[in-house]
Amino acid sequence: MLTEDLRQQLISVVGQKWFLDSPNELHAYSYDATPLLQSIPDAVIIPSSVQEVSMILRMANEHRIPIIARGSGTNLAGGTVPVQGGIILNMNRFNQIYEIDEKNLTATLGPGVITADFHAAVEAIGLFYPPDPGSMRISTIGGNVAQGAGGMRGLKYGVTKDYVMGLEYVLPTGEVLRSGGKNVKDVAGYDLTRLMVGSEGTLGVITEITVKLLPFPATKRTLVVYCHDLYDAARIVEQIIAAKIIPATIEFLDQATMKVVDDFAKLGLPLDMASMLLIEQDGAEEQVMQDIEKIAKIAHHVGAAEVHMAATIEEGAKLLTARRSALSALSRLRPTTILEDATVPRARLAEMVQEIERVAHKYNLQICTFGHAGDGNLHPTCMADERDHEEIERVEQAFEEIFHASIRFGGTITGEHGVGMTKSKYLHLKVGEGGIELMERLKAAFDPNNILNPGKVFAKRDRHRIVVRQS
Amino acid sequence: MTTNMPDLMSQTWQVHTETPPTPATSVRDALLHKFDIDELLNCMHCGFCLPTCPTYQQTGLETYSPRGRIALMKGVADEKLSIDIEFEKNMYACLGCRACETACPSGVAYGKLIETAREVIEDNKKCQGNPSFIRKLVLKNVFLHPKRVRTFGTALWITQALGLQKLANKTGFIHILPREIAEMQHVVDKVASPSKRKERRPILRSEKESILKIGFFKGCIMDEMFYETNQATARVLSKAGCDVVFVENQACCGALHAHSGEKSDATNLAKSNIEAFEKAHVDFVVNNAGGCGAALKDYHHWFANDPEWKERADSFVAKVRDANELLVELPPLSFHKPLNVRVTYQDSCHLAHGQGIRNQPRQLIRSIPGVELVEMSHPDSCCGSGGIYNITNFSMSMDILDDKMEDVQHTKARLIVTSNPGCLLQMKEGIIRAGLQGQMEAAHIMDLLDRAL
Repeated sequence: MLTEDLRQQLISVVGQKWFLDSPNELHAYSYDATPLLQSIPDAVIIPSSVQEVSMILRMANEHRIPIIARGSGTNLAGGTVPVQGGIILNMNRFNQIYEIDEKNLTATLGPGVITADFHAAVEAIGLFYPPDPGSMRISTIGGNVAQGAGGMRGLKYGVTKDYVMGLEYVLPTGEVLRSGGKNVKDVAGYDLTRLMVGSEGTLGVITEITVKLLPFPATKRTLVVYCHDLYDAARIVEQIIAAKIIPATIEFLDQATMKVVDDFAKLGLPLDMASMLLIEQDGAEEQVMQDIEKIAKIAHHVGAAEVHMAATIEEGAKLLTARRSALSALSRLRPTTILEDATVPRARLAEMVQEIERVAHKYNLQICTFGHAGDGNLHPTCMADERDHEEIERVEQAFEEIFHASIRFGGTITGEHGVGMTKSKYLHLKVGEGGIELMERLKAAFDPNNILNPGKVFAKRDRHRIVVRQS
Repeated sequence: MTTNMPDLMSQTWQVHTETPPTPATSVRDALLHKFDIDELLNCMHCGFCLPTCPTYQQTGLETYSPRGRIALMKGVADEKLSIDIEFEKNMYACLGCRACETACPSGVAYGKLIETAREVIEDNKKCQGNPSFIRKLVLKNVFLHPKRVRTFGTALWITQALGLQKLANKTGFIHILPREIAEMQHVVDKVASPSKRKERRPILRSEKESILKIGFFKGCIMDEMFYETNQATARVLSKAGCDVVFVENQACCGALHAHSGEKSDATNLAKSNIEAFEKAHVDFVVNNAGGCGAALKDYHHWFANDPEWKERADSFVAKVRDANELLVELPPLSFHKPLNVRVTYQDSCHLAHGQGIRNQPRQLIRSIPGVELVEMSHPDSCCGSGGIYNITNFSMSMDILDDKMEDVQHTKARLIVTSNPGCLLQMKEGIIRAGLQGQMEAAHIMDLLDRAL
C-alpha cells in the first residue's frame, strides 16, 4: 500500500489524470496476456518524460515500492503481472518516433511506440525493421526490447536483440544512463545495451531506444507446403538450410492448429494433412524466385504431399496473418490456453515435435504445436480449463517434461517470451545455479533494493505476496 | 439544465466513494448469474482487440479497452469488484461498435457480454429504485412509444419549419433538451411535415415485373429524422423489382434498449415486430439502418429461453436483409443520372462488424456512373455515434469524430456515404465541426442511389 503522503507526491509528479488507483483501474492492470496469473497493483502511473520516470523511481526506491514497467501488456510469461503489488509504470505515452536517420540507417524512438506503427513508418521510406513478434499490432517496442521478443523473421534476420544499438534507461536511484548509440562498432566497456535487452524490467526502466534498420526487400514470395506426416515437415526444413538457402520465414503448423486457423481465417486449407509449412523468402526478385523454386524442389523430393506458391504477395501475407492468429484461435477450443516457447537447435526439430506428442499422450492432454520451425522455436500450446485444477496440474507436469526435453536436445526453456514468472523455476536448467547466482549479483548492482519487477526471472529469493487465480 | 446534469454525462467522471447499498444476497446472485462465465473465460486477454477499439485509441487506458472491460466483468462476476458507479461508467464508455469482435481470433461475443453487463447494471439500479436519468429520458419516454417518437419528429419539424432553431439555441430551446442532445440537434435534416407523411401509401409497387414482396422495416429514428431516406429506399427497391410494403404496427427494433441493459423492453418490441411482419406475409424484412438490422438479426438470441418465441424469431431472422445486402442479389439497377462526385464510405459498425456487410455497399456505390470511391485509412473504425453514445458520452464521441474527420479529409471526398442514421447524423456533425459546410456533405447510401436512378 502507498501511504497517502507518497500518493500525493507521486500525483504531483505526473498530475491527477495520469495517476490511477480506483478499484476498476487497478483491476484492469492486474493481468497481461499470460493465462492464470493476476495480481492487483497499488497504483498505475502513466509518465510522459524521463524526468518523471526518474522522480517516480527515486521515490519508489526510497519507500521500497515495486515498479513494474509495461507497454501494452501482451507478454506471455507473466512478465508484467504485479505479483508483489506496487506501481505499474505504463510507458505508452512514450510513443514518439524521434528520428529515422536514413544516413546511418537507425531510428530513435520512445519505448511506447507500437511495433506495427513503427514498421509502417520505416517502410513508408523504404526501410525495414525485421523483428515481428506475434502481437506486433499492439505490442510496444519497449516491451519487445525488455522481453527480448522474437518473431517470424528470426531465421534470416535475427530477433529484437540483434537490432537494438543504443538505450536510455533509468535506475532505481533516479540516475538516467545511456548506453550504445548509432555506432556499428562500439566496444567501449561492457555491453550494457545487450544486458538491458531481455532483462524483463528487472534492471532499469527503458526510456529511449535506438535501433538498426535495413533496406526494405524488393519483393517477397510465400510457399505453402503440406505434409502427410510431421517428420517430413521437419526434414524439409533441415534440407532447405542444408542446401544453403536461408528463407526469411519458415513457419510450422500441425493439423490441430491448421484446423482452428482455417476456422478463423477461412482459408480452405486441406485439413487431412498432418502439418504444413509456410515459407517466405524476400529479397531481389530474381533471387527470390530462384530460392522459392529450389525450395519447392526440395519439398517435393523429401516427400511433401502438396506444394503451392501463393499467387500474389497479398495472398502470402494473408497466410502469414492467419498463422499469427494461431494462438488466439486455439483458445476457441477450450477456456484456457497455455502456450510455451521451448526452442531447440533446428536440426533437432523432428525429435522435439515427437517428444511433445509423447508427453501430450502421457498426460492425456490436447497439445497443438505450431511455431517458427526455421529457428527451432516451437509453440506447444495446451488447451485446458483453469477451473479443473487436476488438469492444470497435469499441464504443469507436461510442460516440465517438455522443458527438460528441450534442454536435453541442446535447446532452451524460452526462445522469445522471456522467463517472467512462468519459467523462473526452470531457469536453472538452462543457465545453471552458477548462472543464476551471477545474474542475481548483477541484479543487485543495478537494483539493490529489488524494487524493479520483483518476483520475475529468479524463483527463489522472492516471497510471493498474492497470486489471485482467475476463477 | 446543462449545469446540473448527472455525472453520467460527463467525461471527467467523479468516482463516488460511498458504496451503494448491497442488494440482498439472493438478488445479487441472480444478477451475477446473468454473466456468461464461459464466454468471459473465452477471452484470453491477448490484447488483439486494443488497436481496433476507438475508446482505447483515444485514451490508451486498459479500462477503456474490450479486454479491460471483460476483465472488469469477470471481476464483478467473481465478486472482486462491485456493481458501482465506476463499473457503470466503464461499461457505458463502450461505443458498442463491435470492431473488437472482428479483430478477436478467439471469437469472443463481446457485443453480448457488454449488453449483459449493462443489463446487470440496470437491474441492480432497479433494485435500488434508481434508474439513470438520460437513458430513462430517451429510451423509456421516447422510443418505447411510437406516438412520442412521432411527436419528437414533429417537434423537430416545427422548430425547423419556423426557423426557430437559431433563436431557440439563443433563448430557451437549448434548455429544454440536455446540451448534448441540443448540440446534435442542429445536424438534423429538414424533417418531413406531418401532411407529407400522410401521403405515404401502404404499398409501393415494383416498377417492373415484381420479383419479391418485401416488408420495409422503417426504424423509429430513420422514419422520423430521415423520412425522405426511407422513401428513397423504397423507390430504389421498387426499381429493383420489389413490391415494398410499409408493414403496419411495426415498432422500434429495440437495439438501443438491448445495448442499454433494458432487455425486457427490447424483447417486447421484438415481439411486436415479429407479429407485425408475420401478418404481412412478405418474402424479406428489409431495413436500411445497420444498427437496426444487426438487432433484428439477433432476435433469436433474445428468446433463447422461450421456445415458442424462439421459433417465431428464427423464421423472422431468416428473412431479415439489409437493403444493400438484398440489392446486390437483385438484377443490377439501371442508373440514368451520372453523379460525377468523389465519395468515401464510412462503414456502419453494426453493418460491418455486426452483420459482416462490407463489400455490398461498396459494390453499389461503384456501380453508379461517375462516382469515384476513395477509401479512408480506417473506414470501419467507429465514427463515435454509437447509438445514443454521442448523447451519453458527448466529449469522447466528439474526440473520436474529430479523428474520423481527419481521415475523411485525406480522401478529398465531397460526399461521405453511410448506411445508418446514427452514423449519418454524426458525419453531418463532423462536417460542421471540421468547418467544411458547403464543401462536403453526408448522405445515406440509399439517397445516393436514388439520386442517380
